[in-house]
Amino acid sequence: MNKIKSLDDLRKMKQDLAGGMDIREKSNSPESLVQIRVAMATCGIASGARTVMNAFIEKIEKEKIAAVVTQGGCMGYCYAEPTVEVKKPGKEPVVFGYVDSKKAIEIVESYILKDELLDGILPVNYQTINEKK
Amino acid sequence: MAQYKMHILVCGGTGCRASQSEQIVENLNAELKNLGLENDAQVVTTGCFGFCEKGPIVKIIPDNTFYTQVTPEDCAEIIKEHILKGRKVARLLYEDPETQKHIEDSKHMGFYQKQLRIALRNCGFIDPENIDEYIARDGYAAFGKVLTEMDPKTAVEIMKKSGLRGRGGGGFPTGIKWEIAASNKADQKYVVCNADEGDPGAFMDRSILEGDPHTIVEAMAICGYCIGASKGLVYIRAEYPLAIKRLQVAIKQAREYGLLGEGILGTNFAFDIELRYGAGAFVCGEETALIHSMEGHRGEPTVKPPFPAESGYLGKPTNVNNVETFANVPVIYLKGADWFASIGTTKSKGTKVFALAGKINNVGLIEVPMGITLREVIYEIGGGIKDGKKFKAVQTGGPSGGCLTDKHLDTPIDFDNLIAAGSMMGSGGMIVMDEDDCMVSVAKFYLEFTVEESCGKCAPCRIGNKRLHEMLEKICNGKGTMEDLEYLKNLSRVIKDTALCGLGQTSPNPVLSTIEHFYDEYVAHVKDRVCPAGRCKALKLYTIVPEKCTGCTACTRACPVAAITGEKRQPHVIDVDKCIRCGACYDKCKFTAINIQ
Repeated sequence: MNKIKSLDDLRKMKQDLAGGMDIREKSNSPESLVQIRVAMATCGIASGARTVMNAFIEKIEKEKIAAVVTQGGCMGYCYAEPTVEVKKPGKEPVVFGYVDSKKAIEIVESYILKDELLDGILPVNYQTINEKK
Repeated sequence: MAQYKMHILVCGGTGCRASQSEQIVENLNAELKNLGLENDAQVVTTGCFGFCEKGPIVKIIPDNTFYTQVTPEDCAEIIKEHILKGRKVARLLYEDPETQKHIEDSKHMGFYQKQLRIALRNCGFIDPENIDEYIARDGYAAFGKVLTEMDPKTAVEIMKKSGLRGRGGGGFPTGIKWEIAASNKADQKYVVCNADEGDPGAFMDRSILEGDPHTIVEAMAICGYCIGASKGLVYIRAEYPLAIKRLQVAIKQAREYGLLGEGILGTNFAFDIELRYGAGAFVCGEETALIHSMEGHRGEPTVKPPFPAESGYLGKPTNVNNVETFANVPVIYLKGADWFASIGTTKSKGTKVFALAGKINNVGLIEVPMGITLREVIYEIGGGIKDGKKFKAVQTGGPSGGCLTDKHLDTPIDFDNLIAAGSMMGSGGMIVMDEDDCMVSVAKFYLEFTVEESCGKCAPCRIGNKRLHEMLEKICNGKGTMEDLEYLKNLSRVIKDTALCGLGQTSPNPVLSTIEHFYDEYVAHVKDRVCPAGRCKALKLYTIVPEKCTGCTACTRACPVAAITGEKRQPHVIDVDKCIRCGACYDKCKFTAINIQ
């Protein structure tokens, strides 16, 4: 193990190490981050949700976006799997269908970074019990 | 560090380990490997989450799913359902005791909502045996900052300005303590961490040492720089094997990184830490007794002054701080004295860690800002009294503290308010009592403890506490007189005024505070020979109501001393002289025919 020789060394080391802890830091305040939820039920996994999830994780890592990627259960859009729900802070969630790795990168680049909507949005036609007052 | 999509945090504190959390970690890893997911999710053993009531705890990041009472057999299901398919395992989720609904993540649990974690900031969040995770969370950054950017005087000023007070019980301002130790000149000075946590029911310090040992190493090094000491000693009780192990690992890692040793971070500051083991005597938590024990002498206190800051370990200036006090130190230097001083009340800054125990729904470890009320702690964080019983009192400060009653429920908790209410902060044990607890017995319990733990050096503590205990015993046996009550009060005051050290000066507190708040209960024991809570066995009289008794003989078979006689299908009778008042017949009777007076 190398010794830490100065405060700058220590700070640099922190920078390098912080990435691995990022996911835990972010989980402390998920509501202030972009939340990307990949539907990972059997149908989702069968149509490649796992690859899509990896694509999202790599992309947000690369672009240094404050986002958290989680897995979700079946959303019911089995015809459009893999489906991904993106919730930006203070906004209604948007659900994208037929997402593959390429589409995942597009979603990050257009919707998440520039707020531009793109094709493939599924109409949300239900309420969840959480919203029902 | 490698990138994982999910982190599975498993509590590795003593409580959860006792419920097989090590096996859980093993099973989780095996199952991940089995399904080829070992690069997707990482299993991390962390320190205490605080929610010991429902341990072992497994928390899934990033969605904050909080699984409670997990068994090694549940691991396969967690991995298959949650990690692979993204479906939460509903049966393991925490259930809100009021609404009976599953709560999916820790953000929505009442237990965590009112808490503010400073001393426990890393507990249940990082792997305590991995220095890299500590550094990733700004670990040792405060030490680096103090060492390279401040002179010791400025650093001490910051500590004074923060308003941090000693968390071991007395509440002495930490900055002033450091200043005194710094001002004394000597060729060698010492920094001592008091990890001799001895209050019954208290486990704050153990949890910090088990969950975040590096914070103590860092804080001691900062303190060493401030007061000019190159040696640190941790006095830790040998009954804390896990805390000792994690502390040893932390010290070793810090040495390997050059954060302990000579020429730290390119400066000429040198500091190293050693451990000293205590044999678990309560009095050794007192700083002079602690120092004597470390020197290899009997753990007996001596008169102050001289204070350890002038003449402590081996006669050299020594600064002794408690574990929790140290745990606050790095954060103060990172976020600033003003930030810290903005939390809490006018005279008590920051937060306090409490070990919630007793008749409360959520037993566990909590950290709350000073100034929170008892009501918030007991009802909102603690989830209220067990089985819907009525709140009676809460005992704070362990054997040195006192009882607070429902009239104190809305008093903001801080050092001075608790003393004004006849109790004290102590190290942070909080034992909640309900209507079934007899306050005379409670006082007797604590006296039993102090009698046992008194070192015997001074007469007031050695003899006085013994007499107090005898009188309480007499009252519990229904043989007390009204004069005894007066005598109890007088003797208590004498002991408080004349005992040598903190142990004796505070040991009558449980007696005085229960007499003050529950005088009626004492009178009932003495005058009416009745224990209102039905706890004191000697004051119970068991009889059988003939009209209700069916002669089923269930009680006859339950009675361990054959005190119950009678013919089948005829009313039975209890022989009062033989009866040992164990209550076995009462529990067995299906017809409520047993009457207790």
